[in-house]
Amino acid sequence: MSGLTRAEVEELAVLARLELTEDELARMQVDLAAILVHMEALAEVDTSAVAPMTHAVPMDLRLRKDEPQPSLPVEVALRAAPDARDGHFRVPNIIKTQEGA
Amino acid sequence: MTELATALQNWEPVIGLEVHVQLATRSKAFAPSAILFGAPPNSLTDPVVLALPGTLPTFNKAALEMALRLGVATVSKIRAKSRFARKHYFYPDSPKGYQISQYDEPLCEEGVLDILLPEGGRKRVKLTRIHLEEDAGKSSHAGAFSLVDLNRAGAPLVEVVTAPELGSAEEAAEFMRALHRMVRYLGISEADMEKGQMRCDANVSLRRRGEDRLGTRAELKNINSFRFVQKAVEHEIARQARILDGGGTIVQETRLWDADRGASFSMRSKEEANDYRYLPDPDLPPLHVDGPLMMNVMRTMPELPMAKLDRFVRDYDLREPEARQLIEAPALADYFDAAIKAHGSDRAARTLAAWITTELGGALNRDGKSIEDSPVTPAHIAALVKLIDDGTISGKMAKTVFDEVYTTGTSPDAIVARDGLRQISDPVEIERIALEVMAASPKQVTAYRAGKDTLFGFFVGAVMKATGGKASPQVTSDVLRRLLS
Amino acid sequence: MIWSSVADQAHAVRTKAISAVELTRAYLERIAAKDGELGAYLAVDEAGAIAAATRVDECVARGEDPGPLAGVPVGLKDVFVTEGLATTAGSRILEGWIPPYDGTAVAQLRAAGAVVLGKLNCDEFAMGSSNENSAYKLCRNPWDLTRTPGGSSGGSAAAVAAGLCSFSLGTDTGGSIRQPAAMCGVVGIKPTYGRVSRWGVVAYASSLDQVGPLTRSVADAALVLEAICGHDPRDATSVVEPAPLLASAPTAGVDGLTIGIPVEYGGDIDPEIAAAVQRAAAILREAGANVVEISLPHTRYALPAYYVIAPAEASSNLARYDGIRYGIRRGEGGLAEVYRATRGAGFGAEVKRRIMLGTYALRAGYYDAYYKKAQQVRALIKRDFEQAYATCDAILSPTTPTPAFALGANATPYEMYLADVFTLACNLAGLPGASVPAARASSGLPIGVQILGRPLDEATVLRVAGAIERAAGVMDLHPPFAS
Repeated sequence: MSGLTRAEVEELAVLARLELTEDELARMQVDLAAILVHMEALAEVDTSAVAPMTHAVPMDLRLRKDEPQPSLPVEVALRAAPDARDGHFRVPNIIKTQEGA
Repeated sequence: MTELATALQNWEPVIGLEVHVQLATRSKAFAPSAILFGAPPNSLTDPVVLALPGTLPTFNKAALEMALRLGVATVSKIRAKSRFARKHYFYPDSPKGYQISQYDEPLCEEGVLDILLPEGGRKRVKLTRIHLEEDAGKSSHAGAFSLVDLNRAGAPLVEVVTAPELGSAEEAAEFMRALHRMVRYLGISEADMEKGQMRCDANVSLRRRGEDRLGTRAELKNINSFRFVQKAVEHEIARQARILDGGGTIVQETRLWDADRGASFSMRSKEEANDYRYLPDPDLPPLHVDGPLMMNVMRTMPELPMAKLDRFVRDYDLREPEARQLIEAPALADYFDAAIKAHGSDRAARTLAAWITTELGGALNRDGKSIEDSPVTPAHIAALVKLIDDGTISGKMAKTVFDEVYTTGTSPDAIVARDGLRQISDPVEIERIALEVMAASPKQVTAYRAGKDTLFGFFVGAVMKATGGKASPQVTSDVLRRLLS
Repeated sequence: MIWSSVADQAHAVRTKAISAVELTRAYLERIAAKDGELGAYLAVDEAGAIAAATRVDECVARGEDPGPLAGVPVGLKDVFVTEGLATTAGSRILEGWIPPYDGTAVAQLRAAGAVVLGKLNCDEFAMGSSNENSAYKLCRNPWDLTRTPGGSSGGSAAAVAAGLCSFSLGTDTGGSIRQPAAMCGVVGIKPTYGRVSRWGVVAYASSLDQVGPLTRSVADAALVLEAICGHDPRDATSVVEPAPLLASAPTAGVDGLTIGIPVEYGGDIDPEIAAAVQRAAAILREAGANVVEISLPHTRYALPAYYVIAPAEASSNLARYDGIRYGIRRGEGGLAEVYRATRGAGFGAEVKRRIMLGTYALRAGYYDAYYKKAQQVRALIKRDFEQAYATCDAILSPTTPTPAFALGANATPYEMYLADVFTLACNLAGLPGASVPAARASSGLPIGVQILGRPLDEATVLRVAGAIERAAGVMDLHPPFAS
């Protein structure tokens, strides 16, 4: 598992939406492989009878009463947005479809 | 023969649905801001909805109770401990970069939902799972840009997933109707498809008739009306058959249904490749459904649509098509039950049903009103039918009275009293009038007695005219026959 | 009053021996004079601090009680969300973001009368062990300006040690309070997971993150903890137990307590640190505690488990930084380009590394071998502690393998990860843990020892820490830089 290929690193970067330079990609491949080597130790542990621990303190989910709280004013909601128009967050067009058969 | 019919000769469709239903909570699933259709864009957000740094989800109790109602109604296995998971994908209407959903430990599994088949009878459809999740915001597209409104982001949804065992586009549409009916009975959603409160993705594949192996499926997304479910699935069946008949193969892909163009489009997503990377949500401990919560849900379960249908047919001797019409909306079924109760006799059920489905249904339909807005109450309908039953008014007069009740909201008894609409059914009174009519029309009397039977209607009409339509048709007919013979 | 205890400062303000404004100005002046060299603060909110101090003074003038932290100037690690005050988490991606809300711990501090001086430097998104991953500036160790203060709450530790705030808040996901506390010679406590609300704390790894104070004494830590602990309905992982009463714990002594020393926590450590642990054990024995050896057999798996779980959760938590609703946006053209360019430019190298690592571990087909496996190992690590606590009341160990290391010393990411080797297990198990100054290296650098307790038993941790503090005799030493 430590033999991380360049293609895998690029694929991960796409999944994580990270633009990496050539240098960063090369460095990442080396660093990740070096770290993953140490993760292999986990495989030594017999965990066949162990339930995964998802939370540090066992508890049940508390339920919130269905009582609406005041919303943020629109201008506050949009204030920090790099691009806001007409009460909306604005982004480059999302839809990219192609007519099918 | 249509293209679809040709396709269906060789190919058997296998259809599974994933239906999202927005739960009718007041606040969001994991955030405290309100849910309100039609509010100005981005006016219903809070730090959690905006996924501001440092915010955390909390879970709405009402959403759980509503999902449990659906779980109980579909006889699902309900997990004592289920879990929320993060489903990761980057999209501007998904503020956290993940959706809180349920993955390998959903709330409900192995349920069933009965659908009504158009040709009569029912089919029991298996539900693989029902799970809770949050809705995304909305994006609208304007030229080079998309505009994002997060008002809907975080609204609670249940996703209902069927086994791949719907056999036709009609069955798919019927499933949607059955689910729509069910959630409205349960009071857990308005399920207004025009408002996007119920949405459907359909997985469609074809297999050669007589074969067992499932074909490659395509997923149709963005189906938002009953009519479109049928159209979209039919279109997809024809599309796949065309490819397969031409020696091609089906690509496993997601296709977007465009209702305006009546066609589907492949969503090419290589650039935005996603691996959902499900992760048990570390911010949300396991969801525990305990005894008191379940007891409360069970205690408040209403009579469900199919039970109601059975009861209407069994107890009231209704014909199935009429009973199906009455159970379509819970308010309509309740109206019918209330009318029977107000009337006091089950034997009047068919008459009441006829009045409700025909006269009332017609008037409401004409005016675009729902049964909840009906100016005619169940007590009104019951009173009207009683007035007919006891001969106070004729069926024909009743229609006039109904129109008056519908327009003014006044009770039938009051209208009858006010307008002196009481039917004349005293044979002595009617005989007196009949004799006057006969005296005024000697030629017609002679002709009738000479064998011109068709003139009978003339005499009935004349008596009616003389009484302003109040004479009992039955009594008038009896009296005239006797006098004219 | 700069070096006075939190309790003394609050008392002085309440009794009008000093005004909150005077106290606040004293720290602000020190920051202005010293922080240029130290780099502990990312933002100083002079106007806000004076306004808050003025309110405290007005409250005192009216004869009302401004709270147990009346007028005490505090610095906040820049992962605490502060209404109206820029919050960056040490990252470029959040540059310029002014939050519209206060986190719970901050609100509690304000309600207790504390005065927020500003936001403290830290490793970007709390990922790091040297503060060198801050996107904004270097933070130095006040004991030796060529060395790191530790991390990720490096600014929080340096500021307290240098007298640039009375106390500070940090966060601890794998040691990020305890490790810099040890390296800067201050007290740092990570309470039980769920004790302090995470609402309004920029998330790194949600199942591990916990808020805690960095202070100049164990008594200060107890006082601050009382103010910030407690159930918060806005954090679904917040424990329901009420805030503990801790004021008397630091001086309660350790007579009759059993202290465990894990045999697995030896190995490759600095001899002066090993000696400091031995000395602390001797102090505790002297004070009436029973010191025993214990075993935590899965110790060596804590680091790999942590570096699967924490990056996996981080990759998820950091998905929201997309340049749409707040923070910076980069990239022209399509949406995919905006995502990648924004995140590529906004995140630093270590954050990118952990996002990539986490993305790797959560991919379909890898989840079971990595994330799920790590969670199973995590359960075994927790079980180790449960078994140990059957025979002891608290655990004593080194906090760090070495005293503060030089800036730029760790060449590879993994070498840096080893700085947290003794502190990670505590987070995986959700336990309370503290670092308390216990000795001085021959170089003059501070050395801390770590005390771990049972879940929710911060009181015992403070008792043990208090006993070591009293006997170790390093408490009132201040870095020459600070004078």
